[in-house]
Amino acid sequence: MEESQGTIGQSAVVEASRAAYAIIREKFADAVSEFDANPTMPFFEILDTSRWSEIALFMRDNASLRFTYMACLSGMDYPEDAKLGIVCNLESLGEHGHRIAVKVKCDRDGGAIPSVANVWKTADWHEREAFDMYGMLFTGHPDLRRILCPEDWEGYPLRKDYEVQENYHGIKVPY
Amino acid sequence: MQELEQAVNRSVRVIPQGEGRVTIEKDLSSEEMILNMGPQHPSTHGVLRLECKTDGEVVTEAEPYLGYLHRCFEKHAEVVDYPGIVPFVDRMDYLAAMNSEFAYCIAVEKLLDVEIPRRVEFMRVIVSELNRIASHLVAIGTYAIDLGAFTPFLFCFRDREHIMSLLEWASGARMLYNYIWIGGASFDFPPGFKERTAEFVNYFRPKALELQRLLTENEIFVKRTKGIGMMPPDVAVNYGWSGPMLRGSGVEWDLRKHDPYSIYPELDFKVCVPDGKHSDIGDSLSRHLVRAYEMVESLSMIEQCLDKMPDANGFDPRSAIAKRIRPKAGEVYGRAENPRGELGFYIVSDGKSTKPVRCKARSSCFVNLSAMKELSMGQLIPDLVAIIGSIDIVLGEVDR
Amino acid sequence: MGLLDAKISNHNVLVTSVDNVLNWARLSSLWPMGFGLACCAIEMMATNASNYDLERFGIFPRSSPRQSDLMIVAGTVTMKMAERVIRLYEQMPEPRYVLSMGSCSNCGGPYWKHGYHVLKGVDRIIPVDVYVPGCPPRPEALIGGLMKVQELIRMEQIGISRAEALKKLEEKSFDPGIVLEHQRKSQAVS
Repeated sequence: MEESQGTIGQSAVVEASRAAYAIIREKFADAVSEFDANPTMPFFEILDTSRWSEIALFMRDNASLRFTYMACLSGMDYPEDAKLGIVCNLESLGEHGHRIAVKVKCDRDGGAIPSVANVWKTADWHEREAFDMYGMLFTGHPDLRRILCPEDWEGYPLRKDYEVQENYHGIKVPY
Repeated sequence: MQELEQAVNRSVRVIPQGEGRVTIEKDLSSEEMILNMGPQHPSTHGVLRLECKTDGEVVTEAEPYLGYLHRCFEKHAEVVDYPGIVPFVDRMDYLAAMNSEFAYCIAVEKLLDVEIPRRVEFMRVIVSELNRIASHLVAIGTYAIDLGAFTPFLFCFRDREHIMSLLEWASGARMLYNYIWIGGASFDFPPGFKERTAEFVNYFRPKALELQRLLTENEIFVKRTKGIGMMPPDVAVNYGWSGPMLRGSGVEWDLRKHDPYSIYPELDFKVCVPDGKHSDIGDSLSRHLVRAYEMVESLSMIEQCLDKMPDANGFDPRSAIAKRIRPKAGEVYGRAENPRGELGFYIVSDGKSTKPVRCKARSSCFVNLSAMKELSMGQLIPDLVAIIGSIDIVLGEVDR
Repeated sequence: MGLLDAKISNHNVLVTSVDNVLNWARLSSLWPMGFGLACCAIEMMATNASNYDLERFGIFPRSSPRQSDLMIVAGTVTMKMAERVIRLYEQMPEPRYVLSMGSCSNCGGPYWKHGYHVLKGVDRIIPVDVYVPGCPPRPEALIGGLMKVQELIRMEQIGISRAEALKKLEEKSFDPGIVLEHQRKSQAVS
């Protein structure tokens, strides 16, 4: 790919995301942060976590936004801020073609993020996986339990300070 | 008569026979049974457990339980450096290993300032499309054997062996290749590879037609898959479906066309969507048809690449690969069109280390399988097998 | 055929030992419960399919543990799956053999160091008779492993335990290189 063609293509994508962000910012003002227009993954952060499901519904149903497709919801660990978070990649599939990423953060111990499983059904299992790996709670999730690790697994594996348990049901876990 | 009807239970029917006589029909009493399919089961395509609540033969709900193959990919991705993650990515979706490596390398290369040599781009696309055909062959072969047809399975695996020998010739391994590296590829095509691939394309075209006559147009197969597991397109998008699943519901969305990467913009191919003549749009047969058509499209893509590919002339596919892969600080969500859907990687890099801070694999099968609960409502148990086969899951990718 | 001590008299009577007949019967129709978990399962399927046909050895994969006498553990065993593996092993009727296929079930494979959910080798929970290395092992390697199981069955006798049979197998095993070397030398001489 030509270098100039690549950057032109990239900045068109960023501008489309910025336009979508502007509509959200207009409605929700201080509940959302400033737009981070980096070329690889433009995103914004939800500052008022309690309004996340409301914002999600708006993003999905508003006629100029129509973010119908959630590509991915990843859990994240921010050990230096003592926070956990999620990063959602959303796209308007086949309609407007713009895409954006949203970040939501919460506290490490007992933190909770509102669930968007009723907005995008993709989020159902992705939130269960984030809970399994990181331990943050999702309020309003229909069925929040571990999905990949067994139900009685101890600890949250993808946290940076995770220590493997020695035994699981009598079987030795480390090598 | 009316009092008699009202006085009896709902499961009892009173049918008047005339002349004051009646026939009383009573259903057998039934109660809900919870049945476990798996994790060890011949037709669940791996270690998947389906907890089915059944009322007789009718399934009221089938909930998938995962995690039986959770191999901690994301933890490994945080302790192993960027090039070392490629073999782990291979082992996630082991049937489409080249495609998975391609997706990962595209994602990391977005954070690097590297110019991929043109020949490498063509090499990557050729092996990816070959692997796509191989993966669809397994999907179709195992789908057929689940439904009881043994011969297509043998035909598919026979043809797949040819692809595996080609890929073994190029990369050194039959199944888990570690071939597509960040910034290039590990080895160049050996001399004679292009000719043999062209031979394979000519060999396989009539075989794909043979498979269609054997399986796709077979009345038993059509009866078992038509109208089963219907998914309307807007619900499919909301579930996050992608790939042949989404195209089987009629949505024309192919990442190679609509969010293109590598040299796909230069290739001429069409997005395979079922036309509704042979199947109902959104059912299992449509999804199978999309895979069958895609195999033939991949053949034409391979031919175009072989024509346009620049010559070797002492080319080194590792020339653009840096000694230490240290992407700049930032995050990226890179994705590619796998045979099963969209495989995406959300990678966070801090710019200083050679290991990612976070590497999340957004797997296509995980998302496709999440709709299982809704698809299975009201189906018969054998239809459940037909639905799982049409979703084409690979548990390595579901559980990572 | 392996009927070592068979002598056929003119009344079509075969004289051999009971052990030989039983062992021959068992090794010629080993029915595995192909316990395909991950990538090795695909190579196992490829070995069963047309190119490397396993059916010519009498090996026909069965889905149920109750009807099989060999369990091929093909793929990574995770902690969640470990208890099910034990249960399936216990459901198999004796005499039963276990073949561990691939690095993951031998020792944990590529996930040995950081895989918190991976069982580091299926021999931590069930006794394994033959290990086939590889990631994944080639179909030829799997066939070699199955032939090793057949050799093990040849060593079995009524009244000796499995451990003794395994020891006999080790003693009887030889390096084929020595035989080939000998053949080459004798051909060079003549």
